[in-house]
Amino acid sequence: MSAMRTTKPAPPSGADEAAVRKAIASTSRPPRANALSTALTFGWRGMLKVKHVPEQLLDVTITPVMFVLMFTYLFGGAIAGSTGAYRDYILPGILVMSVLFTTVYSGVALNTDLTKGVVDRFRSLPIWKPSPLVGSLLGDTVRYVIAGTVIIMVGVILGYRPPAGVPGAVAALCLVVIFAFGLSWVFTTLGLLLRSPNAVMNAGFMGIFPVTFLSNVFVRPETLPPVLETFVNVNPISILATASRGLMEGNARAGDIGIVLAVAAALTLVFAPVTTRLYRRG
Amino acid sequence: MTTKSPLAIEATGLVKSFGETRAVDGVDLAVPRGSVYGMLGPNGAGKTTTIRMLATLIRPDAGSARVLGHDIVEESDAVRGAVSLTGQLASVDEDLTGRENLILIGRLLGLKRFDAKARATELLEAFGLAEAESRLVKNYSGGMRRRLDIAASIVVTPELMFLDEPTTGLDPRSRNQVWGIIRALVAGGTTILLCTQYLEEADQLADGIAVIDHGRMIAEGTPSQLKASVGSGALKVRLLDPAQRLQAEQVLASELGTITLEPDPAALSAACSDPDRAAEAIVELTRSGVRIANFSLGQPSLDEVFLALTGHPAEEVSSEDLDPSEEEQSV
Repeated sequence: MSAMRTTKPAPPSGADEAAVRKAIASTSRPPRANALSTALTFGWRGMLKVKHVPEQLLDVTITPVMFVLMFTYLFGGAIAGSTGAYRDYILPGILVMSVLFTTVYSGVALNTDLTKGVVDRFRSLPIWKPSPLVGSLLGDTVRYVIAGTVIIMVGVILGYRPPAGVPGAVAALCLVVIFAFGLSWVFTTLGLLLRSPNAVMNAGFMGIFPVTFLSNVFVRPETLPPVLETFVNVNPISILATASRGLMEGNARAGDIGIVLAVAAALTLVFAPVTTRLYRRG
Repeated sequence: MTTKSPLAIEATGLVKSFGETRAVDGVDLAVPRGSVYGMLGPNGAGKTTTIRMLATLIRPDAGSARVLGHDIVEESDAVRGAVSLTGQLASVDEDLTGRENLILIGRLLGLKRFDAKARATELLEAFGLAEAESRLVKNYSGGMRRRLDIAASIVVTPELMFLDEPTTGLDPRSRNQVWGIIRALVAGGTTILLCTQYLEEADQLADGIAVIDHGRMIAEGTPSQLKASVGSGALKVRLLDPAQRLQAEQVLASELGTITLEPDPAALSAACSDPDRAAEAIVELTRSGVRIANFSLGQPSLDEVFLALTGHPAEEVSSEDLDPSEEEQSV
């Protein structure tokens, strides 16, 4: 009786081991990527996420539309006597508010990111330390631009015509986005300090909500009690709203623009290093 | 300044505490270049924390370590430039596709756009992921995710690779695939520090093993030294008729010695590491009329290793393998 003999093949490995060996044999290490390139690569990562889940743009498109419609038609008559007059006053303000509200999500997104294993890999890479943060904020800047553009478009549809034309509107949008970039560092710091995305969202809006409403975004400060009027007049968000209005109307004061840029720079200088430190600390 | 030390990792007295817990309590390591070194221990033994210190993700509270000749605190940037980390949570971006993940890492490491794409294609092919390259990683199976994770670690071939529990939670087939990949990496000359909970894994892959418990190294040696010190594996026998267990016990006791009666009423095992003696014992059993359903000669499990080394079974400590963000809060 002759026995059957079978040689068992190695189980399919899913991977081609010879190819794996060949792949790791190429040992040349490219020169390190520079800071700008790594930050832009992280910005690209943010864009890819938007591409894969476009629904996440709802908060920067639908919400601003709602704000414009609500404030113009609901409060316009009561506050400014006519919806048209109020629309012209409030549109630059809504632009400011919508974009600044969006900055809170930068902190929420960072907090969500931290719960994932990929952050460990980023931290273990030989790259400029703040680049994951700078990159994702650069990516978020695109969201700010989208939110701002939606507001202006809706305004135009409702009959708003910025007296300084397209250049004025673009300049106002740029100023708001620059300020938002500075402010978003505050929320990324918050995103690293708090334990859950929800906590970041709550704390973030608890801060940004009153500060935005206690500004000249919605009402003229002259109509307020003196104490409040003083606060509203020094609130950087009022100055930002005034400057944006000025740019759209063609009568912006250089001083206002200067203050806005200075505040944005100061926020970045203080909170960017704090955020980076917290992010690296692990 | 790379001093060409023959050691890839030399650590002395590493300590890291999280609040009250000393996660790592004085670990010394000496890992030769070109070898695979296994750190074996249960969850919470301090393996992950040790790796995170060596990969410069966290600073040690005390002690020092040089990785590829660079101090992990003073020259952390140089360390990061030569190692790669495959973490316990899959260190890939779930919201991107497999291909995008590899291009992302390639670009961050300084590859030109074209080179990063070419490298991604090469690795996806090599790791059997070419068909899944444009699917989001969140839709990958556990095994595919692990393979991508390892691929991401060799986009630029590192001198040293940290692999933290590469097969935990994988089914046997995926585990074999990952082992095959690790063997290929080793054959290519990469030094690997491998954390695992499985003695079999350390045995199959590692040249040297450190057994870690409660943040301390409790034993070290080659796999065969370690198994010898643990004593043995076990001959496990399952009978057709549970009523014959007493008879089987007597036969095996006289042939091999210490008997353990398993919870399964038809099963028993005898301490034994010598296949010849095990074969004789089985023959004796059959001769005596005991009918055997099946038998196997197994390696000691992690539990048995721990029992032999520490006198207590491997117990899970809950402090370490929690969500790592919990860990950060307490740093």
